Amino acid sequence: MSDAPTTVQAPAPETAPTKPRGVGRGTVIAVAAALVAVAATAWVWVAVPYHSGGHGMPGVKDFFPPAVWSIGDQTVIDRIFIVRFVAIATLLSIFVYASRRLTVVPGRLQGVLEWLLDFVRKNIVDEVLGAELGKKYFNIIATIFLTVFALNITGIIPFLNIAGSSRIGLPLMFALWVFVLYVGASVKKFGVGGFLKVATMPPGVPWPLYALLIPVEFLQTFLLRPATLTIRLLANMIAGHLLLALCFFATHEFLFYATQNYQYAMWILTFAGGVFFFALEAFVAALQAYVFAILTAIYLQMVVDPEH
Amino acid sequence: MSSTLLAALVAAEGAAEDAQPNPLVPEIFDIFWSLVIVISVGVVFTKMVLPKFQAVFDERASLIEGGIAKAGKAQEEANAALAEYSKQLADARGEAARIKEDARTEAAAIVAEARARALDEAARIAAAAERSVEAERQAAAVALRTEVGTLATELAGKIVGESLADDKRLSRVVDRFLDDLEASETAGAGKGQGA
Repeated sequence: MSDAPTTVQAPAPETAPTKPRGVGRGTVIAVAAALVAVAATAWVWVAVPYHSGGHGMPGVKDFFPPAVWSIGDQTVIDRIFIVRFVAIATLLSIFVYASRRLTVVPGRLQGVLEWLLDFVRKNIVDEVLGAELGKKYFNIIATIFLTVFALNITGIIPFLNIAGSSRIGLPLMFALWVFVLYVGASVKKFGVGGFLKVATMPPGVPWPLYALLIPVEFLQTFLLRPATLTIRLLANMIAGHLLLALCFFATHEFLFYATQNYQYAMWILTFAGGVFFFALEAFVAALQAYVFAILTAIYLQMVVDPEH
Repeated sequence: MSSTLLAALVAAEGAAEDAQPNPLVPEIFDIFWSLVIVISVGVVFTKMVLPKFQAVFDERASLIEGGIAKAGKAQEEANAALAEYSKQLADARGEAARIKEDARTEAAAIVAEARARALDEAARIAAAAERSVEAERQAAAVALRTEVGTLATELAGKIVGESLADDKRLSRVVDRFLDDLEASETAGAGKGQGA
């Protein structure tokens, strides 16, 4: 079982396609990744523990399940990672598969994916950055949107049941990517001094105020923006999982351990709450991906195109 | 229910008080695998997958733009051709009208010429006929002079008998007679021409 993650990552070293037609290497990899994703999902459900013993009461421990593979005391793989790999393998296999057979007149799968990309282009990238700058950063922002969404949506996918982004490492790495992206883009355009000026000295402010503004803006750029990106996503996913799990946990308790009739009847309420939160989480998964992507675009725009 | 839930809550509290990890503190392996995920997805998407989509978007856009440009060009060409045809048609109509007019003029000229020729011919024929009539008249006059002389002589001979058998006498009498006749005839002809 320890080789599952390495197999899932197979699409990563994929280089430029050599065969445009027929069953190419990319297609084989995509299909293999999809199979691995399905197998891993089943395995996660059947064999991988959700938490280390105790009652089924949902809690922070859900996000720190016991290790599946560890070296000494150090955990290497646990349930959250398998969920993440499943999400990524599925996303990659769908997109790699579709990208091998793109046509000018799109088929059904291509139509859906193009609709998604079009949404990102129109409502996130072009809206914030404009068409010209937007073209430059579209690939990265679309990747962030799609990946964050794929990792969020596992929270409501049966048998996975937890968002891949509900442990801090992943939101943190994405925030770091965004940070490196906007700092790099601005430094490349204005130089280090220019970037610091653009980032910490907003124009049109009376100069004595800069004494106050420069530290605040500095903190914003170098700490608060990446930190809020990370925590917003993480907290949303943690809270969503807890709400959902609590509703279903309570439903279970009321159904099977109620001692009074009115307690027994409560399961209907908690179950309805669970269904509601399920729908809400589907929305939040998309919304948080959207927020992450649009903030990426806004942070970029602030330091790359400050005149607008 | 309360006892079960309470027990669960207490257990959770207890567990939390044990070594419950802080969700805000990342672990090394969490960072490592997250980095692997971000990099692999980032590379595959931004270098492989999305450029292909972009290429298709661009191709489609250029196809549509090309189509529009092509249609515009075709429309322009059609308009130019129509103008050309209209011009040619107008030219042809003008040409036809001109040819018709020429033909009419020519026909009129031909008719006029023919009429002039016919008039000439008629005049010529009339003149020839007049000449021939004159010749015949003169021939008739000569013949008449001889015949009338003979007849008159015969008649006179029969009337006066042998007294006129002498040739010299006869000739004198006939000449005198004819001179008279001619004189009277000239006067008559002058009267006839005047009429």
